[in-house]
Amino acid sequence: MPLPSVVSKPHWRAVAYTGAALVLMPLLVLALSWSSLDISIWRHLLETQMLRLLGNTLVLSVGVVAGVVLLGVSLAWLTSLCEFPGRRWLDWALMLPFAVPAYVLAFVMIGLLDFAGPLQTLLRSWLGNDFRMFSIRSTGGVIFVLVLVFYPYVYMLARGAFLAQGRGLMEAARILGHSPWHAFWRVALPMARPAIGAGAALAVMETLADFGAVSVFNYDTFTTAIYKTWYGFYSLQTATQLASLLLLFVLLALYAERRAQGSRRFPGVDKPRQGALFRLRGARGWLATGYCLLVLAIAFVIPLLQLFYWLLTSDRNDFDDRYWSLIRNTLSLGAIAAFLTVSVALLIVLARRLQPMRRVRSAVALANLGYALPGSVLAVGIMFAFSFADNQLLVPLQGWFGVDEPRPWLLGSLFALLLAYLIRFMAVASGPIDTSLARIRPALPEAAHSLGHSGFSVFWRVYLPLLVPGLLSAGLLVFVDVLKEMPATLLMRPFGWDTLAVRIHSLTAEGDWPRAALPAITLVATGLLPVIILIRRSAQPVSRRTR
Amino acid sequence: MSVIRKLAVVGLAISTLSGVAQAKELVVYSARQDHLIKPVFDLYTEKTGTTFQFITDSEAPLLARLKAEGANTPADLLITVDAGNLWQAEQQGVLRPVESDIINANIPAKYRSANGYWTGLSLRARTIAYSTERVDPAELSTYEALADEAWAGRLCLRTAKKVYNQSLTATMMESLGVERTTEVLQGWVSNLATPVFPDDTALLNAIEAGQCDVGIVNSYYFGRLEAANPELPIKLFWPNQDDRGVHVNISGAGVTHYAKHRRGAIAFLEWLTTEEAQRVFADVNQEFPANESVAPSEEVASWGSFKRDDVNVEVAGRRQAEAIMLMDRVGWN
Repeated sequence: MPLPSVVSKPHWRAVAYTGAALVLMPLLVLALSWSSLDISIWRHLLETQMLRLLGNTLVLSVGVVAGVVLLGVSLAWLTSLCEFPGRRWLDWALMLPFAVPAYVLAFVMIGLLDFAGPLQTLLRSWLGNDFRMFSIRSTGGVIFVLVLVFYPYVYMLARGAFLAQGRGLMEAARILGHSPWHAFWRVALPMARPAIGAGAALAVMETLADFGAVSVFNYDTFTTAIYKTWYGFYSLQTATQLASLLLLFVLLALYAERRAQGSRRFPGVDKPRQGALFRLRGARGWLATGYCLLVLAIAFVIPLLQLFYWLLTSDRNDFDDRYWSLIRNTLSLGAIAAFLTVSVALLIVLARRLQPMRRVRSAVALANLGYALPGSVLAVGIMFAFSFADNQLLVPLQGWFGVDEPRPWLLGSLFALLLAYLIRFMAVASGPIDTSLARIRPALPEAAHSLGHSGFSVFWRVYLPLLVPGLLSAGLLVFVDVLKEMPATLLMRPFGWDTLAVRIHSLTAEGDWPRAALPAITLVATGLLPVIILIRRSAQPVSRRTR
Repeated sequence: MSVIRKLAVVGLAISTLSGVAQAKELVVYSARQDHLIKPVFDLYTEKTGTTFQFITDSEAPLLARLKAEGANTPADLLITVDAGNLWQAEQQGVLRPVESDIINANIPAKYRSANGYWTGLSLRARTIAYSTERVDPAELSTYEALADEAWAGRLCLRTAKKVYNQSLTATMMESLGVERTTEVLQGWVSNLATPVFPDDTALLNAIEAGQCDVGIVNSYYFGRLEAANPELPIKLFWPNQDDRGVHVNISGAGVTHYAKHRRGAIAFLEWLTTEEAQRVFADVNQEFPANESVAPSEEVASWGSFKRDDVNVEVAGRRQAEAIMLMDRVGWN
């Protein structure tokens, strides 16, 4: 793409390499872990565990991808291209489940639906003690929960793509004799494919990295094996070796996705659609409303009600002064990290566009892999890198300058934690930015150039306004992800920087789920407002801002 | 007049100085959770003016961090749960031995590191919980007996990934031998009424709801539920009273190798073994004080006294890997 350079090309190359190096730093630790092998653990894993773990992981990934694509695309299609009762608020409300951490939904669903939960207890009291229904603690149950928490990735990105497509194309397809369904399959869906792929990729990477939710289900995946090897065998080395294998799978999956997608790019049209394309009237409209409401109820309303029930039935009052500092910490970390991560991701995405060299592209692609790493493993990688810098460089330097008590500056500092978030969530931020950059028609900057605008002016007046929806989506995703983030926060937070997620961990680590209702509700509530604001802003037609 | 004034100034200076000397700070890494340690910290701050900086996380990440920080660690003290984890901390060289007559006098040797690296502070029994509605306690005898066919489809277990079960298995391997332990574990797994639970609370809920009749849990989980619902139709049973006794595990602490405030840390650790601290430390989580001269809380005492397994708790660490492999082989997930 002939994006005019704001600064010279070698500079952009440097940006890409620096960004990639930053994110690759913890991955280096994975590579170094192969210096030796613990044969007895490996033999044990291969003989007794590996086949089952691989099978479970595969089934889970396929199930989650199928589920999030089905749910995310259908909901996005309805809310962005159709008109039906309640569409206006369902449009943003369907993003709300994103504010619920996977581990919270997991324990709420099990609390509700397992044998000892209220539903089955009620059914037994009606139908007799011998009544048995399906078990939520099963493969289907895990997939069910993960789909409900991860579909917003696909929903949000697909919705953006559908909104940007403009009605002209779909109308043209209709005029050419395609049925609405046919037009969807042949025109809208293929054009939204990069966005859907990006959303599904995020969902599957989250799934592979997830430890909290699968542990609540005691569903063994590759990731639970990584933790077990570390926490049980105390072999961090073998655990990181396993983690690097996991990354290899992700690499293959992403590569396959890229290959299937090809290099097709679909620039947006001049006139994004203004009104709904399909007005669903009568029963069809209400059917659409019912479908959206059902998803919202199961993924958000009912879990929240259960949390409130636990909160109100417990006689403890845990809400004290420390809660305000928990909320303040959580919000500030989320906001700062979102700003930083989006800025850096924007630079890197631009760098890749400006320097479409193979090496730059693969550096950036590799950098995004960090997201599929189990949080703790990534956190440990970052921690090792930082403490290496502290021990080998910063502490000796302080001693050299005559500082009385040289201390580590990086590890345990706010800076280190923010950098950890940056590294972890780079992939989340670059997805939406990348797709919205891809939709900018080359003719626009070219026209601006011919009108005499220089590089920076083009960036500021043409690119940035067009990228705003993408930047907002990216910021929102990172913000909410930071709120929910647990392992890196636990390991790297400075003293006194406990967050709501840390509090949830404290209580659930000893199985006190109902008591975790208070921090869980606070966490969801904290994430809600930004979700609502941002999704509503990004719902405005793109054209309004570019005029 | 001026003499008095001088004296006053000197007195003020001394009190300020000693105030500075006492208002120390200790840095703690803790795998024991926030709400279980904060009350003890607060009490100590109130008494001595020593303040605390602390972070909580799981054992393995905390150990990794201590190791990575090396000589530059800010941490003075490591608090953790489970003997296996304490043993690991000792092995990985992040602790430095403490020789203290106070600790030695307060805590029995079997709950301390043989080399003085760490000391146990509270005990929990991992024992049998049974439904008072569907089980006659006369049916119960030992952990091993739960492998009998009489319990087919009636037993609930927690996941083998939890260190408490790994420690239980390790001590059984030590007392019964690998072969017998394998048989027992196989029996348990085939007696399972439902897939294993992620935590003991869920397990106890399942017993209450009637999904299973017996299970193996840590005593304090039961205590927590019983406190919330005195009518709970579940009771604790103390198995193996005619042989080795009930499996007990500890939570404990040690001073880090590179502690910046070693003396303060030792003083705090010593205080933790005294009656005043033991009360808070154990009672806040319905545990048994590791200092045997301190009586457990009324509620904990109401569960009855029992014979404890005297096998050295360090076995839990030494045979942990072996135990996990055994559990994997018998299909206990």
